[in-house]
Amino acid sequence: MQKKIIYEIKSLYRDHFRVNGYEFGDGKKSVCIVGSTRGNEIQQLYICSQLVKAFKLLEQENRIKEGHRILIIPAVNPYSLNIKKRFWPTDNTDINRMFPGYNLGETTQRIAAGVFDVIKEYTYGMQFTSFYTPGKFTPHIRMMKAGFENTDLAKKFGMPYVVLRNTRPYDTTTLNYNWQIWETHAFSIYTTTTSQIDKESAQTAIRSILNFLSKENIVEYHGHEGYVSLVVEDTDMVPVRTKSAGIFESLVKAGDEIYRGQLLGQITDPYEGEITEQLYSPVDGMVFFAHDEPLTYADAAVYKLVAHEKV
Amino acid sequence: MIKTIASVKMPVDEILQIKKHRLIPDGKPLAGLKRISIVTGIHGDELEGQYVCFELIRRIQAQRESLTGIVDIYPAMNPLGIDSITRGIPAFDLDMNRIFPGNQDGDMMEYLANQIIDDLVGSDVCIDIHASNIYLTEIPQIRINELHKERLIPLAEKANVDFIWVHGANTVLESTLAHSLNSRNTPTLVVEMGVGMRITKSYCLQLTEGILNLMRELGIWQGETIPPRRPIVSEHPDDVCYLNASMAGVFIPHVKHWEKLKTGDLIGRIIDPLKGEILDEIRAPIDGHLFTIREYPIVDAGSLIGRLLRVDHS
Repeated sequence: MQKKIIYEIKSLYRDHFRVNGYEFGDGKKSVCIVGSTRGNEIQQLYICSQLVKAFKLLEQENRIKEGHRILIIPAVNPYSLNIKKRFWPTDNTDINRMFPGYNLGETTQRIAAGVFDVIKEYTYGMQFTSFYTPGKFTPHIRMMKAGFENTDLAKKFGMPYVVLRNTRPYDTTTLNYNWQIWETHAFSIYTTTTSQIDKESAQTAIRSILNFLSKENIVEYHGHEGYVSLVVEDTDMVPVRTKSAGIFESLVKAGDEIYRGQLLGQITDPYEGEITEQLYSPVDGMVFFAHDEPLTYADAAVYKLVAHEKV
Repeated sequence: MIKTIASVKMPVDEILQIKKHRLIPDGKPLAGLKRISIVTGIHGDELEGQYVCFELIRRIQAQRESLTGIVDIYPAMNPLGIDSITRGIPAFDLDMNRIFPGNQDGDMMEYLANQIIDDLVGSDVCIDIHASNIYLTEIPQIRINELHKERLIPLAEKANVDFIWVHGANTVLESTLAHSLNSRNTPTLVVEMGVGMRITKSYCLQLTEGILNLMRELGIWQGETIPPRRPIVSEHPDDVCYLNASMAGVFIPHVKHWEKLKTGDLIGRIIDPLKGEILDEIRAPIDGHLFTIREYPIVDAGSLIGRLLRVDHS
């Protein structure tokens, strides 16, 4: 294992800003794994730390196949992690909206450029990322329909779901999109949580990466093979939306099987304690996403369900 | 007439409402009248548009008989952001100007964005007033995506700004309010002026005169207006030179905003207050007008210090 500084800039009063990478094996640029790019992505940081630990062991036991170089970057934005701020400390910009970056541009453009310069041209790129709405997901691989997506490859992770979604204008500045443009097979990996550590889904993610690398003949791994992934279009998910606002109580969690007509959650008046709305499942299926904060707005999609049949 | 164009219930005894003030000619049918829409406050920390809205309503109401069209004024597209000194949408840390055209079936903010677009579509012209951000001060200018320049430059030239900047198409900007409206055949001008969290009264009055002039050209206003300034129009990327900090420190400007500089002129210094040292001197790399200058002193390596508009000597 080799620990190296991928990118560094000096600050006026803080310690230097450093992006560290952990490199295993040698040979061609085979696999790059990126963890937290935002200051609240603690689960993403944790998973990468566990992956670094796992790859140290694999390397010691000569289980990384010859000719493969693997790079793990646990955190692209340690400055924001240290002050509990999601985006860049001074100007609140999002490094994951700055790729491929610009080395003569503004600070986060420079960081993105410095990092991308190192992590481009890998055969496989895996990023642990997060969503802006608060809630918990069923672990899945998410792929943008940028024209290069390969769902058969994504199924090799053995995650419960592979989700396909259409590209939006702002996606063109994400790491995943730019990796794809540079002909890297790119996968966004979502586990259950973001700002809290969930060890169970972290282990699912670690196993899924090792499974994938084993099937691609990059590491030797004989763990549990995982799931037969179901490929789902984002637009096929069934949202359950609130009509009222108030205190939100969920009676189900991400990953739960649910049936048509099942009570999923309820909203209570924040002053008078009366139940103002009950949310029922319109389908037989599974909870893919569940809002997990105690308050909700009206018109919020607090659940996203995967139906077992077409609705 | 004040109308709520979109609303969403919030958890604890509050309704988020986006409002507009519609001014119409007295006693005339509305059918066939031209309509101008003035929008501001998409970014909650940009306040320059607040005074423009106030002054425009004041001027129109003082001379109501001169109004011959419809004026819709939306002073607070992101009311939660304005109230909490937050640039984006509080609770989501989301830039509201990256979610248009929104989605009728989407989450709360996507739904609101969709309602906003529905209300604005069909205006004969829309003006979206921004105020840079808290870091930079801008001279009154209109920014136009090159995709829409043929239609928008003639309108922008009537708006009494100093500078019209035609910039390249950028995929990310496709999710802005302006792009969404321009793509729906509603000509929309994006004004950038002043600085975040402040109101620069002189710029606000300058733009108000420009809006009245544009209204007159469109047949919405028959009152007196002043001849608009002749703006510099920049259509070539090479016209604009970006000045970025070479290192972290505290920026101390040496020149004034919109000053005409010669190559080599000192623009400012980056200093280190701990060591008492000058870390770097920023000098003009070309002859030009300094149309953007840094307002917020703390800089990182890469922070934008200013922009120069090249002076053409030919």
